[in-house]
Amino acid sequence: MAKIIGGITTAHIPAIGVAMDKGLENEPYYRDLFAIYPPIREWLAEEKPDIAVLFYNDHGLEMFLDKKPTFAIGCAPEYENADEGWGIKPIPPVTGETDLSWHIVNHLIENDFDPTVCQDIKVDHGATVPLTLLWPNFTYKGIKVIPISINCERHPMPKPSRSLAFGKAIGDAIRCWDKDSKVVLLGTGGLSHQLDGPRAGILNAEFDNWCMDKIVSDPEAICQYSNVELVEKGGAQMVEIAMWLAMRGCIEGEVEERMRNYVSPISNTAVGVQLLIPKD
Amino acid sequence: MTNYKMKDIEGTVHFDGEMATKGFYFNKMCYSFNHEENRQAFRDDPEAYMTKYKLSEEQKQAVRDQDINRMLELGGSIYYLAKFAGIFGWNMQVIGGMMSGRTTEEFQAYLDSQGRGKNNG
Ligand SMILES: [Fe+2]
Repeated sequence: MAKIIGGITTAHIPAIGVAMDKGLENEPYYRDLFAIYPPIREWLAEEKPDIAVLFYNDHGLEMFLDKKPTFAIGCAPEYENADEGWGIKPIPPVTGETDLSWHIVNHLIENDFDPTVCQDIKVDHGATVPLTLLWPNFTYKGIKVIPISINCERHPMPKPSRSLAFGKAIGDAIRCWDKDSKVVLLGTGGLSHQLDGPRAGILNAEFDNWCMDKIVSDPEAICQYSNVELVEKGGAQMVEIAMWLAMRGCIEGEVEERMRNYVSPISNTAVGVQLLIPKD
Repeated sequence: MTNYKMKDIEGTVHFDGEMATKGFYFNKMCYSFNHEENRQAFRDDPEAYMTKYKLSEEQKQAVRDQDINRMLELGGSIYYLAKFAGIFGWNMQVIGGMMSGRTTEEFQAYLDSQGRGKNNG
């Protein structure tokens, strides 16, 4: 049976992708950020997961407002990346895992979650920046990826409790998949940031660290906040914690927090990175 | 009837159904900027490009004025505005400053003042 070996939370800020393109990892501005990742890459190299289930949100590459899924699951053998308009260099295609994708879809619908099923989507920086950070120099080619997106752009967005429950259902699906595969979960985005309006630039380190505590010990506690309350606490894009909740929801029971880092700001955003290992 | 209106937060335009309706064509134009040939077409003739995408007169004026807060009020979504900003080479700190009434340097200093865990080397 498939096994979830761990969950990783990470930012997916476009500027990080641009910095990698330009080789700015050792510049003073980025040094502390890039220092976070080598131990996580080592853990990945040791554990050798076969599949990454990656929670992200599309920022207007594939999913425009004309047809905008609340929850969507990639069921494609391959996912391309493309020009997003402001200068991040597209990366070569990401490999999919259609058997597990369809298994998750079947399991979700059987258990009363009804996502949009996508057989041909491009993935944006929400997916490509974490993949490039965790498997640099295009080594992400060695892992199969299932991209799962949550609408974080246009209200109404799923309630935090719903993203957590969505993750729980996906975790159950992975655990009952009849193949001996190791699965790593990626919850991408966040933490506090607001890109838009006169309030742009707000950060909230205290709330971010509280969220990181609760992602480990009590994710339900984060769900006491509505999306608008999250906006109030951590800025308009704080709602990206949805992907962290979905990731955490996949893991049953307690987790060990193997690593935690917090570096803020990178671009306009607070970066939180955690490595969580299921205790089971 | 249940009222689904979101609580006001100062300095923030919630991008909800009402704003998404208002801004649909504006956002559609900015979504087109994912393609370089469209960015070039806008650079070549912004007025014609805005007309082609059915922008309202108010939206056109906000673009002429490079008034990003106004674009947000008229239904612009920050995700697509980022693509608009890309045409002018404005990154998130530049437009963050423009929207919050700061210079780019002041905006960066504001971000840094709330920062943690970063020694900048
Ligand atoms: Fe994002």
